[in-house]
Amino acid sequence: MLGFVARRLLYLVPVLIAVSLLTFLIASLLPGDLAYVILGDQATPEKVEALRHDMGLDQPIWWRYVSWLGHVLEGDFGRSFRTGQTVWQAVAERLPVSFELMLLAQIAALAIGVPIAIACAVRSGSAFDRFMTGSAFGMLSVPTFLSAILLIYLFAVELRWLPATGYVPFEENPAGNLRFLVLPALTLALAEWPGIMRVLRSDMIATLQEDYITLAKAKGLKASRILFVHALKPSSLTLITITGINIGRLIGGAVIVETIFALPGIGRLLIGAIYTRDLIILQGVVLFVAGGFVLMNFIVDMLYAVLDPRIRHGHA
Amino acid sequence: MATLELSINEEVAVTPVRRAPRLGPLFWAAIAWTIFILAAAAFADLLPLPSPTDMDMLERRMPMSQLHWLGTDGLGRDEFARLIYGARISLTVGLCAPLIGITIGGALGMLAGYFRGRFESIVGGSMDVLLAFPPLILALAVIAYLGQSLINLTCIVGVLSTPAFMRVARAATLTLARREFVIAAQALGATHARILLRELLPNVFLPLLAFFLLGVAVTIVVEGALSFLGLGVPPPISSWGSMIGEGRESLEVAPRLAFIPAIAMFLTVLSFNLIGDTLRALTDPRQGAL
Repeated sequence: MLGFVARRLLYLVPVLIAVSLLTFLIASLLPGDLAYVILGDQATPEKVEALRHDMGLDQPIWWRYVSWLGHVLEGDFGRSFRTGQTVWQAVAERLPVSFELMLLAQIAALAIGVPIAIACAVRSGSAFDRFMTGSAFGMLSVPTFLSAILLIYLFAVELRWLPATGYVPFEENPAGNLRFLVLPALTLALAEWPGIMRVLRSDMIATLQEDYITLAKAKGLKASRILFVHALKPSSLTLITITGINIGRLIGGAVIVETIFALPGIGRLLIGAIYTRDLIILQGVVLFVAGGFVLMNFIVDMLYAVLDPRIRHGHA
Repeated sequence: MATLELSINEEVAVTPVRRAPRLGPLFWAAIAWTIFILAAAAFADLLPLPSPTDMDMLERRMPMSQLHWLGTDGLGRDEFARLIYGARISLTVGLCAPLIGITIGGALGMLAGYFRGRFESIVGGSMDVLLAFPPLILALAVIAYLGQSLINLTCIVGVLSTPAFMRVARAATLTLARREFVIAAQALGATHARILLRELLPNVFLPLLAFFLLGVAVTIVVEGALSFLGLGVPPPISSWGSMIGEGRESLEVAPRLAFIPAIAMFLTVLSFNLIGDTLRALTDPRQGAL
């Protein structure tokens, strides 16, 4: 097990370095001199030159990368020249919103996907199964911004049950906070349940043909217990993978959903940084998000190895 | 994005006997819709359509009529014409970007799967790096700085789709490279180039093509998302995404303005998904084996 962890950790290092390099290159090679962005178009060449010198922009690019990376490794991601906030502060302020949204979305997606998958697997080939499989396939073709608009139209414009946009922190008003998050979380869940359902369904169909399920039935165990405990267990790996991938993808915040529903999460922070050309924030947050994604994949791999001994011994 | 994850091998337990008659009416309906949309987009200039960019402030958000088949939008522009011209943008990006992906990704994947070794680790590693970035953010950042244009949009989305194509091509090549006909070709002294192009490419091509169609579906969604956020092709050119985005503003008075392009986009994405998935099921050798 230790050897396996070490191998995976060793692989992580070059990937993380490449991620940081690409992040840096994107932010610094793109046209638009940071000094001009800060000082504005009317700045005198002397002022620009002085600022470039202060910020180290006149240094060669490899040196700027090394010194930036050095700061990052010390935990200093930089500070926005627009708001004066450090990257850490900005992320810390936005992360809870994205995290709560992600959590609610995963719960909702699993709550929709798992029961449907089980019901379909039990009666595979039935009209219900065909209908749900078809719906799941159809849902895969619905972009999130479409389901978001549909949900807003239904629940905010027509029925007026829920607010269309806005946000209040959980500490201030827990009920209000949840009301604002219902539609965004549902939007994400609608995009994610088909994936969960399709994979779990085929998993379960295979599992239900195993001998130990027949044995459990013969022992007279309750059907619900067989389905939710015995049959679901071997599929836990698959569920962890899908949920892990979904979470990894949502670390960057759900850009579209956060924008449509005006939630102040990581995704909006990134979009804002792009619009205002706030390179330091963009660079820092993208590195944070991409690093988080790589680490999330690493964690999923580790969970895999814990759950399935074949993988850590390299037999799989 | 829009990660290309649709290649999940799901129906493991279904017997192959039931798979055979799968080209049902739905498949042909999808083909018909795709041809219809492609033709409409290709011949938009020849069709007797009103201009998609002419504004008429007196006729804003008009209901459907003889003159304006689907009514007019918030600036009095003909919705039907905008829909047809919008199809051009969505389909141009939707078809060209995966073309970039299939070319670069397919070539890298085949080389990686054939030569293995260090080259494979480097290619795989760099694709992992590309996958680590939130794709929409990467696309947004690049477009925000390079400028909004059809070419920039197509290129960046194309590059973002390479890892997925690379994986499909590599997986297919890996299994094929051990087959008898490849070994036979090697024994006959065929060069690497000949084996790759004459023996492997024809066999890798079909799964790649199936995946290409799924890629088109994903790309149309990504283009839609970027245009929806106002970072797609610059106005006044219409694209389905920007039409939906504009329609969102008037959801309370004229929900049709958001829903008509939404339906068009949904049907198109669904069609490409259906065709691609059917092709994939037909060409995937594993399912026959299981």
